[in-house]
Amino acid sequence: MTVTSVMEPKMPKCWRQETKPHKFCPGCGHGDVLKALGTAIDELGIQDRVVFGCDIGCSLLSWDFFNFDSIQTHHGRTTPVITGVKRARPELICIAYMGDGGGYAIGSQHLVNAASRNERIFVLLANNAQYGMTGGQMAPTTLPGMKTETSPYGRDVEWTGNPTLGPEMVAAITPDSAYVARGTMSNLRQLTQMMKKALQNQIDGNGFSFVEALASCPTNWRTNAAKTWEFVEKEMPQYFKVGELKVPAKKEG
Amino acid sequence: MGNLVKIALAGEGGQGVQSVAEILVEAANEEGKEALYIPNFGVEQRGGVSIAFCQVSDDKKIGSPKFEKGDIVIALSDRAIRRCAQYVDENTVFIYDTSIEGAEGDLPKNAKKVFGIPAIEVAKNELHPRVFNIIIMGATIRATQVVTPEQAKQALEDKLGYKFEQNPKLRELNYRALERGMQLVEGQM
Amino acid sequence: MADKPIQGEKRMFVTGNEAVAYAALAANVDIMYGYPITPQNEIMHYFTRLAPKFDKPFLQTEDEISAGFTTVGGVMSGKRSFTATAGPGNTLMQESMSMAEMMRIPTVVVIMQRGGPSTATVIYSQQEVTMTCYGANGEGIRVVYSTCNHQELYDYTIKSFNTAWKYRIPTFVLGDGYQAKMRESLTMYDPEARGIKMVDTYPLVGLPGSPGVDRDPAHLRNTYNTEEELYEVVSNLVKDYEAVAPEIVESESFDCDDAEVVVLAHGVVSRAAVEAVRELRKAGIKAGHFRPITLRPFPDKELKAVANQAKKLLVVESAQGQFAKLVHHSLYGDSTPMEYIFKPGLGITSDEIINKVKAML
Repeated sequence: MTVTSVMEPKMPKCWRQETKPHKFCPGCGHGDVLKALGTAIDELGIQDRVVFGCDIGCSLLSWDFFNFDSIQTHHGRTTPVITGVKRARPELICIAYMGDGGGYAIGSQHLVNAASRNERIFVLLANNAQYGMTGGQMAPTTLPGMKTETSPYGRDVEWTGNPTLGPEMVAAITPDSAYVARGTMSNLRQLTQMMKKALQNQIDGNGFSFVEALASCPTNWRTNAAKTWEFVEKEMPQYFKVGELKVPAKKEG
Repeated sequence: MGNLVKIALAGEGGQGVQSVAEILVEAANEEGKEALYIPNFGVEQRGGVSIAFCQVSDDKKIGSPKFEKGDIVIALSDRAIRRCAQYVDENTVFIYDTSIEGAEGDLPKNAKKVFGIPAIEVAKNELHPRVFNIIIMGATIRATQVVTPEQAKQALEDKLGYKFEQNPKLRELNYRALERGMQLVEGQM
Repeated sequence: MADKPIQGEKRMFVTGNEAVAYAALAANVDIMYGYPITPQNEIMHYFTRLAPKFDKPFLQTEDEISAGFTTVGGVMSGKRSFTATAGPGNTLMQESMSMAEMMRIPTVVVIMQRGGPSTATVIYSQQEVTMTCYGANGEGIRVVYSTCNHQELYDYTIKSFNTAWKYRIPTFVLGDGYQAKMRESLTMYDPEARGIKMVDTYPLVGLPGSPGVDRDPAHLRNTYNTEEELYEVVSNLVKDYEAVAPEIVESESFDCDDAEVVVLAHGVVSRAAVEAVRELRKAGIKAGHFRPITLRPFPDKELKAVANQAKKLLVVESAQGQFAKLVHHSLYGDSTPMEYIFKPGLGITSDEIINKVKAML
């Protein structure tokens, strides 16, 4: 066992201490989302069986985040890589972690088809309403009127369409055995429970699991702490409703 | 290249040239010869002329899968006749079906020999339209002698044996078609 | 459950696609991922018919991007995995193959070249040479076997798994639409019965033990922060590749020793070259043929030796000089005159080669 110091902030057991503090910007939502994920994995006691995949975009910074085997892939391609692992080694618990760009734009065909095939994987998607790593461009999830580097006058939905409602889409195309939810970093307890259910659904071999987590990006939003929190907690959920969209029926016995 | 025989079989989709080719080369392979068969396929074939390129050699491995000029070219439709002109030179025996209307003008002028056989008519009037391609197979093996009639029958048995079991008359029909096809070419080479 | 797909040895008369499916199973492949594209479809067709008898799964993906990346995932999980594609599918698969190059993931991909560019034909070409050897944003850290007949399709499909896993280099079997669709004879065999041992596979992720407790986690990445960091990584890739290249490289030559004209060709075109050289020799013309079997790594040393002896070289390919570029690169500094037959997307016969060689004398 590793020796933990007294001063250390409480972090999930499966976090890799050697790589902390992590690489995300101050105030970034990824750390909170990954805390919820770490807690869920700790509580389920599945750390030894997890294979974690991360995308391009800020999610790639999680490549050495945990004490489990991890693959950093290409933009949008985490879903197929993790699908490939799971199909070849069904005993592993396979998690694909990505942002809204990776999941809803460049990798949307993979998300849609993995969901349609009811792949026994867990896709966790952090939605911070823009492309973080590349410097704050408009994403499929950018809110109407929201200013980004590629929508400097605010997102014009006539020209660019409306924000993608990912969990709603996934819920529509998955069978009853899928788990689909949208949580938020502003309610970590709920988000952790959602992830636990998502992982349990895979452990049970039921079907596809998908959780979108509303997450902050103060760097590109150019918001102070109060404004950041207000955007995540108040503004985003007006468009992106938080809650469970699909919960598989409990197995008997 | 004395013992290498190059055969192009061409017809409309549904005339069964590819299955004839397949049975033919399998028979040759069973006889211990080297054989190679390649169809034209995909977009090229959809709605176009179906061509089977076959090569049979007594011993040596065969070179490129398609060839410029065939030793025997068999064309079973007007479009096939026109399409196959490119595979004909002064060493080619060109065989076509006599029931193709207006074929005369399109027949190759540079072939070693050109003759027609009434395969479609024989199939329709004497046997059964479904064994048209077996008549063609008979004509092909008589024209090329790449396999013996016995081996051809064995190849038919291998391919269609399960159908023959259910309906022995079918076996008889196929054998007759094979023999009739051979007769059509008899004396013409 | 059936025992083995091929017991001992067996002469077969099949299409190239069928030969590949059998070879993969004979090599004890664990899983195939794939997406339909002509002319490789029948590899999947035969695989899906045969594989369940040996408890081997197949996953049909949403596109070739996914087929490539699921193959990457399967390999990383420690399973002998492969996919097959052609043309525009090969284009899409380059993305995953660049990841395989960077992370040294022993993927196996069978390519059945079709006409290009774009959709072009579903029939045949040798126009995927540059892409298969050097595709994507990389340095071509790959092994590419260019086969010329069904026996080789079978042999090199088996071998590609061993090359990939022994050296941890993504490996390609480069066939073409002719080889895919034609029927000819070959001898299939159980590799073990011929003393060919399949190189053991092993997981890169999903390793035994408790990460962070009794072992370090496998943290595998392809992204780097600094120029210097990347330079070191790529330099090591290149260094390792060059170190094993002499072991991997394969070529064949035929009647080259006293040849006035040596015909350079690869893949299926090599068949026409061999036939042409035979005929030319019969006619008293001193012709020879040299053929790289591995296009990556390229048999530089072997080709140079041939070029040094030959009076003239003739490069023949069903592409507009993609193979010739490899030859030029290999023979840089050599002054042997070189002529060409370039037929992009079109088959080449021995007669064309014979006529050209005669014209060169």
